[in-house]
Amino acid sequence: MEVVLLTIIALLFGVGLGVAAIRLRVEKDPVVDQIDAILPQTQCGQCSFPGCRPYAEALAAGEADINQCPPGGDTGMRALADLLGKEPKPLAGGDGEASDPVPMVAVVDESTCIGCTKCLQVCPVDAIVGAPKQKHTIIEAHCTGCELCLPPLCPVPDCIVMVEVRPTAANWKWQYPLTAAGERVA
Amino acid sequence: MRAGQGLDVAQGGAPFIPPAKRVRRIMTLVLVALAPGILAYTVLFGWGPLVNITLATASALGFEALMLRIRRRPLGPFLADGSAVVTAVLLALCLPPLAPWWLPVLGSFIAIVGAKQLYGGLGYNPFNPAMAGYAVLLIAFPLELSTWTLPLALQQAPADLAATIAYSLGGAGTGGLDAMTAATPLDRLRTGVGLGEAMTEIRAAPVFGILAGRGWEWVNLAFLGGGVLLVLMRVISWHIPVAVVGSLALISGIAFFLGPNHYPGPLFHLLGGATMLGAFFIATDPVTAATTPSGKLVYGAGIGVLIYAIRAWGGYPDGVAFAVLLMGLTVPLLDTYLRPRIFGARRPRVRDGS
Amino acid sequence: MKRLWRFPGGLRLPGSKDLSTGGAIAPLAAPARVYLPLRQHAGAAAKPVVQAGDRVVRGQLVAAPSAFVSAAVHASVSGRVVEISDHAIPHPAGIMEPCVVIEAEPGRAGDATPSLGPVPAAGDMEALRERIRAAGIVGLGGAVFPSAAKLKPSRPIDTLVVNGVECEPYITCDDALMRERPEAVIHGSLVLMGMVEAGRCVVAVEDNKPQAAARLREALKAVVAGGRQDAGTLEVVEVPTRFPAGGEKQLVRTLTGREVPRGGLPYEVGVVCINVGTAAAVAAAVREGRPLTSRVVTVTGPGIRRPGNFEVALGTPVADLIEAAGGTTAEEVELIMGGPMMGRRLESDRTMVVKATNCILVTPVRTERSEPVMPCIRCGACAEVCPINLLPQQLYWHARGRSFDKLEPYGLADCIECGCCAVVCPSRIPLVDFYRFAKSEIADQERKRRSAEESRARTNARNARIEQQKREQEARKAARKAARRKPKADKAEAPEGEKQAPQDGEARRAVGGAS
Repeated sequence: MEVVLLTIIALLFGVGLGVAAIRLRVEKDPVVDQIDAILPQTQCGQCSFPGCRPYAEALAAGEADINQCPPGGDTGMRALADLLGKEPKPLAGGDGEASDPVPMVAVVDESTCIGCTKCLQVCPVDAIVGAPKQKHTIIEAHCTGCELCLPPLCPVPDCIVMVEVRPTAANWKWQYPLTAAGERVA
Repeated sequence: MRAGQGLDVAQGGAPFIPPAKRVRRIMTLVLVALAPGILAYTVLFGWGPLVNITLATASALGFEALMLRIRRRPLGPFLADGSAVVTAVLLALCLPPLAPWWLPVLGSFIAIVGAKQLYGGLGYNPFNPAMAGYAVLLIAFPLELSTWTLPLALQQAPADLAATIAYSLGGAGTGGLDAMTAATPLDRLRTGVGLGEAMTEIRAAPVFGILAGRGWEWVNLAFLGGGVLLVLMRVISWHIPVAVVGSLALISGIAFFLGPNHYPGPLFHLLGGATMLGAFFIATDPVTAATTPSGKLVYGAGIGVLIYAIRAWGGYPDGVAFAVLLMGLTVPLLDTYLRPRIFGARRPRVRDGS
Repeated sequence: MKRLWRFPGGLRLPGSKDLSTGGAIAPLAAPARVYLPLRQHAGAAAKPVVQAGDRVVRGQLVAAPSAFVSAAVHASVSGRVVEISDHAIPHPAGIMEPCVVIEAEPGRAGDATPSLGPVPAAGDMEALRERIRAAGIVGLGGAVFPSAAKLKPSRPIDTLVVNGVECEPYITCDDALMRERPEAVIHGSLVLMGMVEAGRCVVAVEDNKPQAAARLREALKAVVAGGRQDAGTLEVVEVPTRFPAGGEKQLVRTLTGREVPRGGLPYEVGVVCINVGTAAAVAAAVREGRPLTSRVVTVTGPGIRRPGNFEVALGTPVADLIEAAGGTTAEEVELIMGGPMMGRRLESDRTMVVKATNCILVTPVRTERSEPVMPCIRCGACAEVCPINLLPQQLYWHARGRSFDKLEPYGLADCIECGCCAVVCPSRIPLVDFYRFAKSEIADQERKRRSAEESRARTNARNARIEQQKREQEARKAARKAARRKPKADKAEAPEGEKQAPQDGEARRAVGGAS
């Protein structure tokens, strides 16, 4: 008798849960989109994938690790760990310091540029302006600092270099107010 | 900013006016405000409280220093902040006047090491350290914690300072102890009600005075005076004491109104036991109390209700310690949900000024 | 007596104002060089309209507004444009931004200021607004929001509030202006009141400045006697001295009982709020056609020899101003632009007076160590003084732990950084430092998110373009093939293979190689 009763109850619950799972399903962004939203979109390929989206797809499929994105820094790695329920780990190829990279942009030395257009073709965000045999220049606002245009791609040594993004009143940040010893930064 | 003082220009930015208040000043004012109550307690009940305070304070500072040392924190600022002293004094004031030396010392140990430093020290303890220390003692040593001396006026041969110290240190001079101790008014009430005595009968016992328990009424009034001083000096806000006293008065008033023969009046509750000490000095411990105005009111009201509930229906004669500890559990909840309305948050009614 | 309301929190602070109210506003001699930043206002930087080598006269436009929320910059001295280059703007980190540098030519000091043209008719709102915009007028109370943009409210306005509260300790530039040029304040207020079509206008003065209020009332009486009908709806009101009574939201509350909605502006409750200095600048621009080329600056503090108020050409180096005030009392001083509650520490005196500069506060460098920061004891003193009813202790807790997402519900964005909480904190926690830190981190995250989004869009667009090119190429090839041989059934399709991830080291080059 009890067995029958319990079975009926179990079946009822089972059906209930099944219906709830279908009717009340929460539509969420596919996990690939959520991962892609965290990635910095530098499209640099340092993760060994050709761009951020492919890395996001590999992460979602479990074929890549969360620590393969140096431009995302420690913050990005932690966000990925949080999203995917994994343990945070030091960035691959980093010095083990938990830090975020200093934002950099590429700059073309227009006096040495030979106008080969190689950099134009690789720039993942079309941030380089130029034409064959014309000097090229990089639009700072669009450059993601992916370093794809650096030598050896650029045939001229020191023609394209990375520089730190210039601090302006708009992008300047206040530092953390206390020192490690807990004293106010004087 | 005091006149003549320079501006404190730090990298972090404005304000550049150095703060005037200190944690130390707050704690010192609390101790000053406790003085009238301590004085009344000593005058009416003998040297015991002072001996307890001395022992508790010395040992609390010792334990605090030891723990700071172990935790590699600077001794100076944390010993000087006065928080350990306040904890020790509050704890000592909750103990019976005549107590063996190890009671305040052990209480300090539990309060400072167990309830405060192990949780991260000043500012990080979830429970009121003094009350945690007291509660552990009460559970572990019910006998010692319920051996209360009578007011001096009712003692035949009051112990002088030497005898009190001797008793505290070695249990010497206990010959007269039986004559000095008796049930506290709250105890007497509990037994009386248990035996089905009428309130008039109970109140006729010698331990009762004009307003509440003999002696206790004046001690409570003195703590009330000191507490009001703290509110006036804006060291504490009015919310918690008013809520504690108000809710306790309300609930005991209702009970008294329904059955004046079975329940003592509100005055007895307000001026009995540790009510005023609890309302103004213990429940207002900033670290463990609610911090938002409405949170403070709910927190205080909860304490008042619990004090009454424990006194009326609980297993212990007084309920301040457990009431404070229990309401301490609700603080994170209160602080999360009872937040003040942010300026401009809801579209307010547009009223014209002219 | 007008009814006043109370805003939450606030503090009574010692004014320390008599330090600088001794003398009259002293005009500062034109400096040898002025440095005019292209962005002295909220919004987009102005676009230069002069070049190195150009001769300019005082009042001539050197940079034009580049957007709706932007402001014109005018030459503040007559002379020669030396260069347009980066110089340290008044900023705690000494950030450099582009400035028009003008070398004064003393012989031409007498050159007439070019007029902004004939005075517009009183009823021509658009012309008046254009005049105010052309004059480069921004909110001189500190927010430096372009005033013209504020004078086109999308909702009906019933009250114009002219803010002469000046609640910060030490600062007296508005006080001096109201005492010495009350008539300009009143006239500017009347112009603005007409422009926003407000039924009434309240000039608010803190009750610690009775002289200023009295002079304003005298000037008002004179204007009414002169036959201005509309002046009757203007009144001078003294508000209680309680910091930050001069904050826009606090003042609107005090005067009208209305609360500016969270994240909103006063016009949403029918109020426009303008600083007294701005009103005076409007009067100068509208009546005399004078653009904004100078302002009154208080130089004060325990570190300056002769504190006082000065009429200073914009772009004047701070060092010149300090010298004019008798120099410093100590070898090493700290400089603050603004007041002690909300001002900004300057990295050095090698920066300039800008439109937002109301005060240079000088104080000797403290030699003794400041007291240590103690843990928060949750005393709630901060919450009691917060004029926005925030819970500073909770904000601190989350900012300290870098839990930025938790700060939004606690209203971090509503914090006006008035500093009251930090001044009353018994544990000496630099609370506002934490809020600024958290705000700038949140802004940075938002900036990064936006730029990542933009990069993603650009990448997608590029990939689509490459795909398209490839398809077109294939199509052409197929067409050629088809033309060469007889038509075949199969057609060329974009190969799927290229989407596969290339192996490790190859990947980076492969990104570009795909094209």
